Amino acid sequence: MRNLVLNGESLELTLLRMAHEIAESNIPGDDLVLVGIQRGGVSVARRLNPLLSSILGISIPLGTLDVTMHRDDLDWHRVPEMHPTEIPFDLDSRNVVLIDDVLYHGRTVRAALDALHELGRPKCVQLAVLIDRGHRKLPIHADFVGKQIPTQTQERVFVRLGSDPGTGEVWLAKPSPSGS
Amino acid sequence: MTWNHRHLLDLQSLSASEITSILDTARSFKTINERAVKRVPPLRGKTVVNLFVEPSTRTRISFELAALRLSADVINFTAESSSLKKGETLKDTLRNLEALNADFIILRHHASGAPHFLSRFAKAHIVNAGDGAHEHPTQGLLDAFTIREHKGRIAGLRVTILGDILYSRVARSNIWALLKLGAEVTLAGPSTLVPRVFEQWGCRVTWDLRKALEGADVVNLLRIQHERQRVTMFPNLGEYTAHFGLNSQRMAWVKPDALIMHPGPINRGVEIESDVADGHQSVILEQVNNGLAVRMAVLFLLNGGRGPEAVEDGSKSPTRAFGETQTSK
Repeated sequence: MRNLVLNGESLELTLLRMAHEIAESNIPGDDLVLVGIQRGGVSVARRLNPLLSSILGISIPLGTLDVTMHRDDLDWHRVPEMHPTEIPFDLDSRNVVLIDDVLYHGRTVRAALDALHELGRPKCVQLAVLIDRGHRKLPIHADFVGKQIPTQTQERVFVRLGSDPGTGEVWLAKPSPSGS
Repeated sequence: MTWNHRHLLDLQSLSASEITSILDTARSFKTINERAVKRVPPLRGKTVVNLFVEPSTRTRISFELAALRLSADVINFTAESSSLKKGETLKDTLRNLEALNADFIILRHHASGAPHFLSRFAKAHIVNAGDGAHEHPTQGLLDAFTIREHKGRIAGLRVTILGDILYSRVARSNIWALLKLGAEVTLAGPSTLVPRVFEQWGCRVTWDLRKALEGADVVNLLRIQHERQRVTMFPNLGEYTAHFGLNSQRMAWVKPDALIMHPGPINRGVEIESDVADGHQSVILEQVNNGLAVRMAVLFLLNGGRGPEAVEDGSKSPTRAFGETQTSK
């Protein structure tokens, strides 16, 4: 069973609001950079970037961060799937907005802070997430939240995000009673 | 599938899917070597000992860098500067290293089977970095990785291994990896160094260079190992070069997109001419680069003790359009 949380249209409005909120707390935006966490966060960052740039009237640098090897719950029994970390700018003295798709236990964000720390010393780091589903296991909170949804731990949040504006969707999948 | 090996001793005992898992893991680790900061934390707090009873530079450096990039501590231990010279047995050396809490022992030894011997009672993970003329598994893996990266597959490819097969552990590890992954392997060189007994493994053996090169997708050249030959197996190096050296004229015999490989160190003007070694088909330096990713993958998987499951997780990646990501948490 799956419930639609955001469709293409509401997703776009949510992203637009997040972009406004990020812009509002980062005016004039000179030091602002976006860093998307691989892989879901990168898609969110790529959608937020043009919105933010047009609101602030300047181009905002965008980087990607892979945190696989920094996780404290690294699964040693799987072939690790890693993706590029590309931060084509200096992080020192920048205002970094770290971006992920779903905030859950907070372990990914903790790993991202570690990975970021190895690359430089930002002036400040803020966190933007499209979905906050609760159930934190670490003292981490998001500064910008697209949508907060109450969930049960056995449920799963799916985010499908295209690169074109107005596309994509978010849904919540409940385990079926049969257990399959 | 699961990874059940605590040690990496040889490729002969690995299955095709286990070899593929290492190659897939290495592909992932290669992205780290392309980053601005090339160090990641998974082996933090672990100690890797390079126990090189037989001298080596490139393999030791490659293992050392691989361990450092995974944030392990590394100790280098060479025979010349060690208690092995004073008559300590290999087993006692191992026990002493384990008393210092070594987690990994990377062993290079002139005796075939030395790492297997140590693995019988070692608590640490043993990685064979070359044992006599037996195997050099990480070299076989990095060669397979390089071929797969260029050709997209290994199954069905025609790979020719040329040179000193008899004394070569690189040849043996290559043969096992390539045969298990479905390549057709041809061995070539002077008859004294390429015995027909290898046909029993499933290889084609020829002493005719032209026959060996025609239609080859990959040519892997091996160094003539003077130090391992008890007697001279061919009249002189000049004669070897005349009959089996790879030069630009002979390159016409291989496929136009054939890869030229060599585990190094190359003897320019002996088994390979400089313009071939430095030519556009040569992937010799890529092999060195890939060796790092493969060794990181091996250390990573052995530390897990148990192996990777299938790479593709059905629930995680349903069919999706290009440029689109779908994730779930």
